[in-house]
Amino acid sequence: MNSHVPQAVFRRGRLLLWGACLALAVALPLVFKSGFMLSLLCQIGIMVVFALSYNMLLGQTGLLSFGHAVYFGMGAFISMHTLNMIGKDGGPLVVALLPLVGGLAGLLAGVVLGWVTTKKAGTTFAMISLGIGELVAACALMFPGLFGGEGGVSGNRVVGKGSLLGFTWGPQVEMYGLIVAWAFVATVAMFALTQTPLGRMANAVRDNPERAEFVGYDTQRVRYLMLILSGLFAGVAGGLTALNYEIVTAETLNAHTSGVVLLMTFVGGIGFFYGPIIGAILVTVMQIVIGGMTQAWLLYFGLFFLFMVLMAPGGIASVIAMQRNLWQAGLFRRMVPHYLAVALPILVLLAGLVGLIEMTYALLAGEGVGAGDTATKVMGMQLQLSSMEPWAIALATTAVGVALTRWIGGRTSAAWNETLATLHGDRT
Amino acid sequence: MKNTLLQRLALVAGTLLIGGSAFAQVKIAYIDPLSGPFANVGEAGLKGFKEAADILVNQKGGIMGQKLEFVGFDNKGSPQESQIQLKAAIDQGFRFITQGNGSGAAHSLIDAVNKWNARNPDKTVLFFNYAAVDPTLTNEQCSFWHFRFDANTEMKMEAITNFMEKDKKIKKVFIIGQDYAHGHQVAKYTKEMLAKKRPDVKIVGEDLHPIGRVKDFAPYIAKIKASGADTVMTGNWGNDLSLLVKAAKDAGLKARFFTYYAGGLGTPQAMGASGEDKVLQLTEWHSNVPTKSTEKFEADFNKKYPGIYFYYMRVNTMTEMVAKAMNTAKSTDPKAVALALEDMRFPAENGEVWMRKSDHQLMQPLFISVFSKKDGKAVKHDSEGTGFGWKTLASVSQRDSQMPTSCIMERP
Amino acid sequence: MEFVVISLLNGITYGLLLFMLSSGLTLIFSMMGILNFAHASFYMLGAYFAYQISAWLGFWPGLLVAPLLVGAVGAVVERYGLRRAHRFGHVAELLFTFGLAFLVEEVVHLVWGTSSVDYKIPAELDGTLFTLFSTDFPIYKGFMMLISVGMLVALYALLTRTRIGLIIQAALTKPDMVEALGHNVPRIFMLVFGGGTALAGLAGVIGGNAFITEPGMAAAVGSIVFVVVVVGGLGSLGGAFVASLLIGCIQTFSIGLTISVTDVFALIGVTLPAGSQVARLTITQLAPVLPYMLMVAILIFRPRGLMGARES
Repeated sequence: MNSHVPQAVFRRGRLLLWGACLALAVALPLVFKSGFMLSLLCQIGIMVVFALSYNMLLGQTGLLSFGHAVYFGMGAFISMHTLNMIGKDGGPLVVALLPLVGGLAGLLAGVVLGWVTTKKAGTTFAMISLGIGELVAACALMFPGLFGGEGGVSGNRVVGKGSLLGFTWGPQVEMYGLIVAWAFVATVAMFALTQTPLGRMANAVRDNPERAEFVGYDTQRVRYLMLILSGLFAGVAGGLTALNYEIVTAETLNAHTSGVVLLMTFVGGIGFFYGPIIGAILVTVMQIVIGGMTQAWLLYFGLFFLFMVLMAPGGIASVIAMQRNLWQAGLFRRMVPHYLAVALPILVLLAGLVGLIEMTYALLAGEGVGAGDTATKVMGMQLQLSSMEPWAIALATTAVGVALTRWIGGRTSAAWNETLATLHGDRT
Repeated sequence: MKNTLLQRLALVAGTLLIGGSAFAQVKIAYIDPLSGPFANVGEAGLKGFKEAADILVNQKGGIMGQKLEFVGFDNKGSPQESQIQLKAAIDQGFRFITQGNGSGAAHSLIDAVNKWNARNPDKTVLFFNYAAVDPTLTNEQCSFWHFRFDANTEMKMEAITNFMEKDKKIKKVFIIGQDYAHGHQVAKYTKEMLAKKRPDVKIVGEDLHPIGRVKDFAPYIAKIKASGADTVMTGNWGNDLSLLVKAAKDAGLKARFFTYYAGGLGTPQAMGASGEDKVLQLTEWHSNVPTKSTEKFEADFNKKYPGIYFYYMRVNTMTEMVAKAMNTAKSTDPKAVALALEDMRFPAENGEVWMRKSDHQLMQPLFISVFSKKDGKAVKHDSEGTGFGWKTLASVSQRDSQMPTSCIMERP
Repeated sequence: MEFVVISLLNGITYGLLLFMLSSGLTLIFSMMGILNFAHASFYMLGAYFAYQISAWLGFWPGLLVAPLLVGAVGAVVERYGLRRAHRFGHVAELLFTFGLAFLVEEVVHLVWGTSSVDYKIPAELDGTLFTLFSTDFPIYKGFMMLISVGMLVALYALLTRTRIGLIIQAALTKPDMVEALGHNVPRIFMLVFGGGTALAGLAGVIGGNAFITEPGMAAAVGSIVFVVVVVGGLGSLGGAFVASLLIGCIQTFSIGLTISVTDVFALIGVTLPAGSQVARLTITQLAPVLPYMLMVAILIFRPRGLMGARES
């Protein structure tokens, strides 16, 4: 379909896309001015780099790691110690370059640990990364000298008197600028890496290690190199997190952080370069925004994740890519009415489910037991949970939603299958 | 039709007006874990604060006629997330925050509050710490913008070792703790203070174990037993404490355990009978400390929130003191409130307390008590429905647990 | 002497509990190739179900019913979740169980609250079985040992002496062949998954009251069971048994040793700088992370584990 499009146009389109993303990232704080939004954006920027670095292993090399936080955390701790060491002698320029120190720390950790972990791929790698992750996390609390014990290591990113082009990095918005700059550079670099022979070789090692070996590549070395480079970028993300929060605690390198980055990357989509970016944005927003709105956010998150695994294992990026294929084949318009038709019942279903979940939480884990007829505040409404009424309404909404979704969803999926068949050339 | 529309508009306007007056509230952001593994601790604290604000402040006239309200912000136990939630709270107009679970998050918040106040002197924020006990928070790391309402590890150890000094039955002490800052500090102060007060007491062993990773404490108990210790000193909390005590009972270890955190948040329930006459705790209060009105407060609280038991006396003290400071200062400006809190003496339910000006550490009475069978007399109330409650062995007035501070405070 | 005997007993008891947890995982792992991250969640469910049943009917019905319930939940999970995820490959399967662990914990929070529940050892099993030297050995520990050994024997008999066991064993190594012979392999998978989770549930029933039944109990044992399975070798029940006992004993004995890391290095002729943070560490301090070290070492030097037949 696109084979006749000259390569240059492709490149120009890509450059446009990169430029647009950068412009959007720069413009966002102009729209969202509050400190909270700014903190959220900063966290997203850091997580984008971290998730992309993780996908260098999972998506590109086929290595499932349960201990990626180790490189992130090492980057963060070393950056923080460096920041404190240079102290007054440094200036804003040195601070701006600190994530590089974090990157080097991550790289070094990759050189040391990767030598052990990348000997084997598959389950062995997954388990050994889990073991090393646990070991490092346990050690973090045993060596308070390096990891600062429970209080962690803190520092001040405003050092020296001068400024770099007017930036001291004190205000959060300047820090955001620094994060965007680093995230952009790191993203471009990681993308460029996918185009290099090493990046291609990593794909080959992922897809068919025997054959890769047979044509003369040392698969172990490819895995090792990819892990080291992935450690580098995770370390950069760690350095950014150190600067952003001005405190690093042992939590940055524990299993929880490793788990979160795995979830992000997978939800976003491991098969596409931009998948982890979407995942990082989505999961961070879910954690912080939905986490702030409802007590039940972990439940929603778990359900959402299971839904993704079962329904869209390629992640959100794969869903987008699918629509793009349809669009390019001129078939997207055919699906639009179906999408719109199915959206309504899904919304009804979600409304019913959310209502049930929120009421259950309010009842079981909420504000305590009032007298029999006291109303409880659920989603901004005063509901009497002791009466049948709200439950019946929520249950009915859910049931209607299920029935409608099944009915309309059946047609949508029939239309979908037909469109797919057309796309693949079985039908016209 | 028109009529109803008008009525509706009036109703909306009315709601907005009420909303407007509700806006004039004094709000304190409670930044602690409300989901995840430590959610139970965070929830108990938040409910305590809400109840205290209602009963002790709002029903008694509030703060200059306004209501005091605590609003939960879930930091998921993470120092980084604490900072994001702090920003969220500041955005929503909060000028006061409180936190307690984990000195890591406390360090992070003090740091962030200091920097925020330095960079935004017109929108300062004040931090009330109700449970993070790392001594450095009121020593090297002390800040004008931070007040601590719990006795720190050093003060608690001073009180415990004073008690040990008089108890001549104690001959051999074994120290066991979680391998992180708190456990290290408990071990350090135990050794230092015992060496001074009871040089005849032998420290027969010292073990640190990774926090939350030990399932079976039997081997540790075997070691304690082999050492011949008659007393075990531990800073453990949560399951690490319950499991330790259970294993001790299983193996028939006769030694007594001096603890910080055996008194609540599920630990009494998990220990059950295995803690009888064996577990001692040091707290600012327990159910069998005679008080004026806390007995009723506790009963109402436990009834209102089934499954959660009232535990944090200091939450009540803090809420009352903060309200008093605001009323005295006739202001809800953080700096004015901070100045009013400094040097405040307050008749709390557990006795007279004093907020020391030099380091913003609250001095309060402490009680050493032992887990014993409910007898209706000395042990009138049991703990968490176990049939066992706390019996006071000694009370320590606020003067007797004071420790010098190395705080050099930068004052605005 | 007292110390050695007591430690050995403690090590074996702990090891047997680990075996109960890991036997189900090994079965599932070797048969379906799934690293079931939610395995410990089924252990937790077992404990909570048993707590609930014992509150209504008493401990003994709980001992029987709770594992069956957990097994039923496991079978449903396999039938309607894992089987679908299986189509998308091993990573999707694994992540499914990863997400499931999340969900189970949240549901437990919701239903039974965020604190521990009062799941007690029944009165008839509370007390001292015998006193060795001066240390008591509780009845309940003996009971735990009895159950786990009984389970080991039953499992062994099932796998080697019954028809279904033979089919399972065959499906372990040659699923295609078994399918070709006309057996319903997906149903065998469902049975194995249900059975494996039921074993975890049984471990929960007897572990929940020996230790503490609380929402964090799954996370606390979650990774150690993986260590057991990997060290023992994938697909080897015998390996899991040996590894469980080994890890149980390593942990108990290393806690008993009062030597420091400096001493260990001195044995091989390396002197650590005094006062450094590593030199300060004692073996006791390291005890709970020793299993992970063992796992990493095994994976480096003998990736198939102690008694495993194949690598991954």
